[in-house]
Amino acid sequence: MSNTTILLIMIGMGLITYGLRVSMFVWVGQRELPPYLSGALQYVPAAVLSAIIAPELFMPQDTLDISLGNVRLIAGLVAVVVAWRTKSVLWTMVIGMIVLWILQIIAGTV
Amino acid sequence: MTDTPTTKQPDPRRSELLAGARAELPIVIGGIPFGMIYGVLALAAGLPMILAQGMSAIVFAGSAQFIATDLFATYTPALIILLTTLMVNLRHLLYSASLAPHVARLPLKWRAGLAYFLTDEVYAVTIHHYTQNKEPTAPKHWFFLGAGITEWLFWQTSTAVGIFLGARIPASWSLDFTLALVFIGIVVPTLRDRPHTAAAISAGLVALLAHDLPYQLGLMAAAFTGIAVGMILERR
Repeated sequence: MSNTTILLIMIGMGLITYGLRVSMFVWVGQRELPPYLSGALQYVPAAVLSAIIAPELFMPQDTLDISLGNVRLIAGLVAVVVAWRTKSVLWTMVIGMIVLWILQIIAGTV
Repeated sequence: MTDTPTTKQPDPRRSELLAGARAELPIVIGGIPFGMIYGVLALAAGLPMILAQGMSAIVFAGSAQFIATDLFATYTPALIILLTTLMVNLRHLLYSASLAPHVARLPLKWRAGLAYFLTDEVYAVTIHHYTQNKEPTAPKHWFFLGAGITEWLFWQTSTAVGIFLGARIPASWSLDFTLALVFIGIVVPTLRDRPHTAAAISAGLVALLAHDLPYQLGLMAAAFTGIAVGMILERR
């Protein structure tokens, strides 16, 4: 990909993001989203982010790996528990990375 | 008019602006690692420094930027990158709808300007201020602006630091894994009922099953499955 292409894609991303943010600020007259749309929107974060997370944990080498040797899966499951208990993104990240590093050292992949 | 500052009364616009900055500060400090990691990942994905920094200014949306670095690195077609951005940032439409009644009477240039700052973090403190602070005369859009500028400055700076450090961090540190961890930290606390939990699990399963589809189409299939499952369970 050329740098010009990347820049154009970024501008497109920026326009989409800004468009979403400004949409209801300028959509005068109608302040309420149609119910089916707001009903669907509330599941977007859980669905999209989970769809990104799952392959990162279960397919670190692009093939399904549910063995104990999959250190990312174990660290990720620990992170799920931390996220549930602390509700803190920062703690989830810090503890998840520490667990991953310890497991990598044990597995001898560092 | 409340617009004229007097010696006895401090300018309410200024105090709102500063209050917004103060409210945003703890969140942006917590966000510094994310900006830095974005900078590191963007360089690792092969983006030149200027574009890595430019994305923070042009897009100004953390999670979409994180994912985009991954998509750029794997030469994903532009259309898929844009569709993914749309999906990932759809929640900003909700923020916009939620704040719209509060900014409805502002001039268009204010509404258009403030919208640029409507990130997760700015939305969180601003909606709280609008709904909790009952003073009807306070110029609360200045609070919105103060929170937005603070968030913007910290995001740009932490990106720059990440880019600066990026070249010095070895791959064996596995910093790319922070992307999954950040998303786990965001998603898990939102799984408060069965429809949301089912939406997350079904989306994750489809993402694994459809992983080999080209152009990240598996991500789209998974997202739509999760949304459909959530809506169906909610209706029962």
